[in-house]
Amino acid sequence: MNDTVAKRQTGSVWLIVALLVVVGFVLVLAFALRARNATQPTSGAAPDFTLQVYPGYDGGLGKPQIKLSDLRGQVVFINFWASWCVPCRDEQPVLEKVWKQYRSKGVVFVGIGYVDTEPAALQYLKDFSVTYPNGPDLGVKIAPKYHIQGVPESFLVDRQGNIVWFKIAPISEAELIAQLNQALAK
Amino acid sequence: MQEARRKMQVAGGRLVITLWVGVLASLLIVGAVAAQGGTVTDDQVNAVAKKLNCPVCENVPLDVCETQACAQWRDLIRQKLATGEKPEQVIAYFRDTYGDRVLQEPPLSGFTALIWILPFVGLVAGVAILVVVLRRMTARSVAVDATTEASPVADEYRQRLERELEEIK
Repeated sequence: MNDTVAKRQTGSVWLIVALLVVVGFVLVLAFALRARNATQPTSGAAPDFTLQVYPGYDGGLGKPQIKLSDLRGQVVFINFWASWCVPCRDEQPVLEKVWKQYRSKGVVFVGIGYVDTEPAALQYLKDFSVTYPNGPDLGVKIAPKYHIQGVPESFLVDRQGNIVWFKIAPISEAELIAQLNQALAK
Repeated sequence: MQEARRKMQVAGGRLVITLWVGVLASLLIVGAVAAQGGTVTDDQVNAVAKKLNCPVCENVPLDVCETQACAQWRDLIRQKLATGEKPEQVIAYFRDTYGDRVLQEPPLSGFTALIWILPFVGLVAGVAILVVVLRRMTARSVAVDATTEASPVADEYRQRLERELEEIK
């Protein structure tokens, strides 16, 4: 009789352990699914990152690395791009033009190359005579923070470090200027 | 006159030697480049590419993907192989630059090890639950049978049933 009770208790322990494992398994899958379905942040604090810029593409900041939180107090325009992305080529001249107009007004542009090869990315920057800070998303660590779904995608961060605007398509000159003016006026 | 001719012969000889040295050096350079893999075949590129994922598609191997991004990645593989890098070094470069997600087979280390381990753990846990539940059901069924057989009430009903069946006959 005691033997039967002991066997039952052992069985119960194993059942609980197995159930916990299954529950853990389901939770991991649920979290993975949630992370996968997360969308781009459109408000709140902009996820911080450190960007290793391409040689010669520090935008005059004089640093090989750019940390977003170090730019607090300035309006930051973040643009994810790639040399293989045709729409990125369409918007690139606009970005360079607007950057030149606003760089002296407390605005910093930051270009982040997404899963690009270095030779192709550098050729792209050269082709479009880009002068604002640009670097690769090494290890693809920045893009997941912003949950980007493709390129080009752009985020505007205000002086307090909050995202105030987001766009998932090429940007026109007029809308970019309007958004920058609005952010600068705050 | 003879002195001038001798000088010209010496100069001519030097020129011939210089030319030969130049030709030999060129041949050596060409040979070295060829030995380093200057002519990388598509098969060599694809052998590396099929171990990597397309950076912009879902689970599409790099060797069969037709996007511009993949074409650039394959070009980079070709360039790296042409400079003498081993396939493992090229794969390591892509992993370092773009993260583990570019690998067709996630590495059995760190967080990605869970991808390999969890299915087996889940399977073992599922089998364990099944075994425990089945054992319990069997044990309960045996216990119920034993109780039914030993019950005097059941015996009484059985006897009555048999008696009434006999009467009907």
